[in-house]
Amino acid sequence: MIDALRLTAEEAKKLLDAREISGAELFAAYAERDDDLHAFLYRCDDPGGDGIPIALKDVIGTKGVPTTAGSKILESYLPVYDATVAANCKRHGLRLLGKTNTDEFAMGSSTENSAFGPSRNPWDPARVPGGSGGGSAAAVSGGLAPWALGSDTGGSIKQPSALCGNVGLRPTYGTVSRFGVVAFASSLDQVGPVAKNVRDCAYLYSIIAGRDANDTTTVEVPEVELPTAQDLKGMRIGVPTEMNEADGIEPGVSAAVRKAIELAESLGAEVGECSLPRSVDYGVACYYLVAPAEASSNLARYDGARYGLRSDGDDFREMVMATRHDGLGDEPKRRIMIGTYALSSGYYDAYYGKAQRVRTMIRREHAEVFEKFDLIVSPTSPTVAFAIGEKAGNPLAMYLNDLLTIPSCMAGLPGLNIPCGLSEGLPVGLQLIGPQFAENTLFRAGHALEQALGFDVVPERLR
Amino acid sequence: MSETWEPVIGLEIHVQLKTETKMFCRCRNGFGGGPNTQTCPVCLAFPGALPVPNRRAIEEAIKLGLALDCTIAARAVFHRKNYFYPDNPKAYQISQYDEPLCSNGRLAVPTADGDVTIGITRAHLEEDAAKNVHVAASGRLHGATATLVDFNRCGTPLIEIVTEPDIHDADTAKRFLQLLRQTVVELDLSDAELEKGSMRFDVNVSVRPAGSGELRTRTELKNMNSFNFAAKGIEREIARQIGIYEAGGEVQQETLHFVPGEEDSPPIRSKEEAQDYRYFPEPDLVPVHPPAALVERLRAEIGELPGARIGRIADTLSFYDADVLVTGGLDRLWSALVGAGADAKEAANVLSNQFVAAGVDPGTVNAAELAKLVAARAEIPRAAFDEALSKAGDAGFAAGPYLEQKLVADAGELDPVIERVIAASPGQAEQFRSGKEGLLGFFVGQVMKETGGKADPRIVNERVRAKLSGT
Ligand SMILES: [Zn+2]
Repeated sequence: MIDALRLTAEEAKKLLDAREISGAELFAAYAERDDDLHAFLYRCDDPGGDGIPIALKDVIGTKGVPTTAGSKILESYLPVYDATVAANCKRHGLRLLGKTNTDEFAMGSSTENSAFGPSRNPWDPARVPGGSGGGSAAAVSGGLAPWALGSDTGGSIKQPSALCGNVGLRPTYGTVSRFGVVAFASSLDQVGPVAKNVRDCAYLYSIIAGRDANDTTTVEVPEVELPTAQDLKGMRIGVPTEMNEADGIEPGVSAAVRKAIELAESLGAEVGECSLPRSVDYGVACYYLVAPAEASSNLARYDGARYGLRSDGDDFREMVMATRHDGLGDEPKRRIMIGTYALSSGYYDAYYGKAQRVRTMIRREHAEVFEKFDLIVSPTSPTVAFAIGEKAGNPLAMYLNDLLTIPSCMAGLPGLNIPCGLSEGLPVGLQLIGPQFAENTLFRAGHALEQALGFDVVPERLR
Repeated sequence: MSETWEPVIGLEIHVQLKTETKMFCRCRNGFGGGPNTQTCPVCLAFPGALPVPNRRAIEEAIKLGLALDCTIAARAVFHRKNYFYPDNPKAYQISQYDEPLCSNGRLAVPTADGDVTIGITRAHLEEDAAKNVHVAASGRLHGATATLVDFNRCGTPLIEIVTEPDIHDADTAKRFLQLLRQTVVELDLSDAELEKGSMRFDVNVSVRPAGSGELRTRTELKNMNSFNFAAKGIEREIARQIGIYEAGGEVQQETLHFVPGEEDSPPIRSKEEAQDYRYFPEPDLVPVHPPAALVERLRAEIGELPGARIGRIADTLSFYDADVLVTGGLDRLWSALVGAGADAKEAANVLSNQFVAAGVDPGTVNAAELAKLVAARAEIPRAAFDEALSKAGDAGFAAGPYLEQKLVADAGELDPVIERVIAASPGQAEQFRSGKEGLLGFFVGQVMKETGGKADPRIVNERVRAKLSGT
């Protein structure tokens, strides 16, 4: 019997290599489970072979397999080409289980903005799995996939992993190709792995990372090292005050994170306080100018002319307006309006221009901290998973959920979420942030902590 | 009129590069494919598609920038220009905004009164739009009911060149455009053919009281697809604006669209809409940092530019001859002819008249052989000379056979023909003798006709006059 809830990709590979299970059995172990979490928007048939199955967030273009980005406007869209990351997965024999749910165009923190309805948290189906990559996180923790790919703009990998109790990496900007990934905010979007443990996460990262001639913002990356160390000797860990004592961090979340920090010290890490005052103060505001500005331009191509939904209109303009009225949900519309405003002549300098300058400042502030520390830690999300519907009517409250993930995204830095305990029976995520290209450091620290924490990734109600 | 009003003219020119592939994808760049056959997810703006700049196009833009004496930016940035239009599938055009590849250049335009230097504000790279075809229920018509889009041209590389408003008359504007075109063609960047649209230009025109230095409301002239017409259109627009001011009116800011092929009819006017393109740096592309070594290599590849050659050749010939030879792409052949011993003026005349009419590519001509013909032009029948020119570009072309067709200059051979011609028209002969000198041409013409053009006209003239006068 294959334990889809617990089996890691590494263990699955061992079983396959030893011919203890067949590729078909492994695929079926996930594919035949009931998706009562609504983690998937589309599930695939077994393409055959004996690679490890994988789920991809529905913003990742897959040739011949529907790719909607959670939007009605792309409901009928069938890509004619694979995203580079999807092609990399194929090249490594990974078999596509399906496309996971996402907030529309990855805009949201709960998957409630999906045009096709929210996903549910495997720990408590009345709660959200986080977002925007809630589908991938729910699939991995709900035994519907051994691992998955998500995409992260302001926390869309790390935050769902925190809320679902698994491991998620937002890689350094430029290490993973965005080619073929439905764009939200080009200067922030990064694809990354979601897995049951840090070693799987590192391995999946090694499959997708590297320079891609089709994405000129990508670079060569250092060779990925699968972590083995059990200690944190010599590791200098910074604890940014503002990110650990921010208003709105639930006491249970604080407590679990504090415990994990103490554990890190006992594993040999040198722990010290540090400060990122302006990054935390201005990060969210700055993000909600830069990301919508880019989104307003990136989403303008959905005009009904070449693919996807088309609503009738008397002329081109009318057709475009009707298509976008019918095809886009409230959140994309809201962000398109904010972004269009921020880029308008007369407002550009005050909004987009200034936000870019603040972004440079955030980058510098982080760089200074990393002169003294190898990585910094904080809660990933200020809260545990909240109830479906609880914040849906309050976009601002929803935006603040990303308070702790956004600053490092704005700085282009890698961040890893690992589960570090429970609060009110729900997982708490620990965020580890490193300097550019420090993925190996994050993996090493994350793995050592994971071993010492002994967190059981299988949701209690499913054990 | 021109003593009280000074025209102020600025140009914006688009040149289509003839690179193998498009600006940001690897689709073929070129005419000929069926509609929408030269397309891919990138130039059709499919979800997730990303641009990758064409290195060759960047190099060519730098080269043109160098030829225009521009500063080549150490860091150039692509921007998005956002607008909705069916020929613009991403709903933004990737262009350049405040950090263009080339800026602050100049082009010296030789004129009969010396060089006029026109400032080049900038030269930058961008992508072309698709082609919209407006159709009715059947066939193409005005008052169309549908628009079809051919994306083959979408995303092909363009260089946009913007001048300073340094031009003050239509003739200089025309000369600038001709010289720029010749420069682009010689750098081998573009066909720069106006009829094919591979070179397009817009003209901004305003007028001001002479010597005032102010900049008044300008109008934009679009769709003028010949240099001569541009000069005519500019002149008409200058006169119109002066007329408005002198009648106490105000010039309105508007765009004048000329209809190609119907350039004598009045242009279609449209108010300039205040468009907000929401420019911002293209986040899908990293800034371009042209290495100094590359810039120097490109600089070294640039030969003597046409403007300089006009100046040099004008020292030998007249400015007008030099201008015609260089902007017609004929001056290198002219130099070769002169080098091979042809008379400079004679060679220039032959090239800018009969040779152009023969339609032969000057690059294919054996100059040494052609020089022999030019030298012997007066001694060969006209028909033979023209035939020789039309074959001058053929492989193995030799002057010899044509030179052998010497004109008949022997009086002994010509006299019987002349006598016969005079005898056939006794009335005209009488009139000539009584003072109607103009009739000489009539008899010479008859003789030339009788001899099949092979008689030497100089000798025929002499002998006809002698025979008629009875000497
Ligand atoms: Zn293409």
